[in-house]
Amino acid sequence: MIERTPVLNFATHVILIFGLVIILLPIWLAFVAATQTLQAVNSAPVEFWPSDQLLVNLAEAWAMSDFGPKFLNTLFVATGVVVGKITLACITAFALVFFNFRGRVLIFWMIFITLMLPLEVRIVPTYAVAANALTPFQTIMDWSGISWLIKAVSGIEVALEWNLLNSYTGLILPLVATATGTFLYRQFFLTIPDELVEAARMDGAGPLRFLWDILIPLSKTNIAALATIMFVYAWNQYLWPLLVITDRANYGMVVVQLSDLVPDQLTTGGGTPTWHLAMAATLVVMLPPIAIVILMQRWFIRGLINTDK
Amino acid sequence: MRRAYFKFSWIAAALLAPQLLIVFVFFYWPSAQALYWAFTLEQPWGGGNTWVGFDNFRKVLSDAYYWSSVRVSVIYALATTVLAMSMALTLAIFVDRQLAGYKAYRVAIIWPYAVAAPAVGLAFQFVFNPGAGLFSYINTIAPGWWDLSKYPWQAVTAIVIAGAWKQVAYSFVFFLAALQSIPRSLTEAAAMDGARPLRRMMDLQLPLLTPTFFFLLVINITDSFTDSFGIVDTLTGGGPFRATDLMVYKIYADGFRGFDYSGAAAQSIILMLLVMALTFVQFRYIERRVHYT
Repeated sequence: MIERTPVLNFATHVILIFGLVIILLPIWLAFVAATQTLQAVNSAPVEFWPSDQLLVNLAEAWAMSDFGPKFLNTLFVATGVVVGKITLACITAFALVFFNFRGRVLIFWMIFITLMLPLEVRIVPTYAVAANALTPFQTIMDWSGISWLIKAVSGIEVALEWNLLNSYTGLILPLVATATGTFLYRQFFLTIPDELVEAARMDGAGPLRFLWDILIPLSKTNIAALATIMFVYAWNQYLWPLLVITDRANYGMVVVQLSDLVPDQLTTGGGTPTWHLAMAATLVVMLPPIAIVILMQRWFIRGLINTDK
Repeated sequence: MRRAYFKFSWIAAALLAPQLLIVFVFFYWPSAQALYWAFTLEQPWGGGNTWVGFDNFRKVLSDAYYWSSVRVSVIYALATTVLAMSMALTLAIFVDRQLAGYKAYRVAIIWPYAVAAPAVGLAFQFVFNPGAGLFSYINTIAPGWWDLSKYPWQAVTAIVIAGAWKQVAYSFVFFLAALQSIPRSLTEAAAMDGARPLRRMMDLQLPLLTPTFFFLLVINITDSFTDSFGIVDTLTGGGPFRATDLMVYKIYADGFRGFDYSGAAAQSIILMLLVMALTFVQFRYIERRVHYT
């Protein structure tokens, strides 16, 4: 549409630039702090222009927090969560859409309703389950008398135990269930025409072959969109790893490491707060997901809007 | 509904099993456990839990600290939502004009979505820090006027601003998508009728955004109840004097630091009901949104 609106155009740019300044300011200040020396960062008027200590501070923060192995851990866990979520979403939705059996709707709702139970609100009992992931089955067997029966017959005391604390499984497994992913895949599978299923069956393809050779190639855009969102989600996990991992030397995640960097009385022992290092570490930690969002912008937006979360 | 099916077989069961098992172990069991803890009390010398009815809830609801936590959570929820959404809406409407630099603006507004909550908290702790941050200017004029660790209202302001900052990107993406789905013919018709851009914003775009607006309103409030943990933990640690002890943070503190499982469970149940109520409302609006567009 051709309209001449020079005043409004100017105002638009002013408003947008003002908004950008608000959005960029905190991170810019953090960046500037990360480029300064301990003395400079603690001198009263805040600096707005970077100094030359960035690399020194990055190196020191990196060594102090032992970021090397922690980045590998985080990358491993995030990849695990992404792969797990997409696989689970895909196979569950496939079973729900392409197989005919009773209770389909019930199972769909059972998964979908978990949306209402975010990890944060059920954190204490979920932690208790993670300490022994087989508790539910043990309890059920005890209550139903199966344990008693087994003991009476074979003399074996049933004591199931699977401790997930301080393990990759414990970090990944509770996070891979995905109501939104399943929903997204279900919506997509519902758009697959019946003729395609019939043709595949006529050609002698079983369900797994149909899934692998036809549906998965068709759902590549879905996968890219979901993967972007889920990677950011997994990388930024904080509360769960904070609780599950006490052995941070071996299983620590980078984001959790930030909790040790808060420069208060505890970490500095009443000394000068090491803001330059804390900010350098903050920058390092937030860089990978930001890079993903910027590089995969198209998929990211699509994923965000399609999953509604 | 679909006519062409595969016959149900062990394959379908095997495909469904993993997700169902995980959901059972990590969602339904803990939720049931929370219910169980909420209505029982662990005996101090062992001997399992005894049924205490609504005692735990009564205790929680008569605790002044709990109510101040509810109050600050509501303040936080409303303030972050209003701030983030108004900012996102303004930016989205102007970015949608697609002037030069449109793509750069868009990416510059979106990326904060990727910043982890504790990183936001830590960065803002520096920004709001009385000695070296933004307000150190004021403190050089009036020493001690700004100090997050002393004045509750300043700590609440800080977490609200940090929380809102983090939420802007999410709402922005949705507002922008909604704006771009407004049919071009509508805009053109309005332009032909002589509506200038500002008039079209007020009379065409804003009304068409209502469904998105309600949807985001609920999502933002729900998120602020559940996602605030990281920000509070690194920015204020719940202090000073428990002024920023949001509900999620209090559950964590009571459960893991105070080892009061029953009290934490009762609070979890209340929060769950709240989230469920909000999600229920959200579904109604999602439905409306689908009809609308």
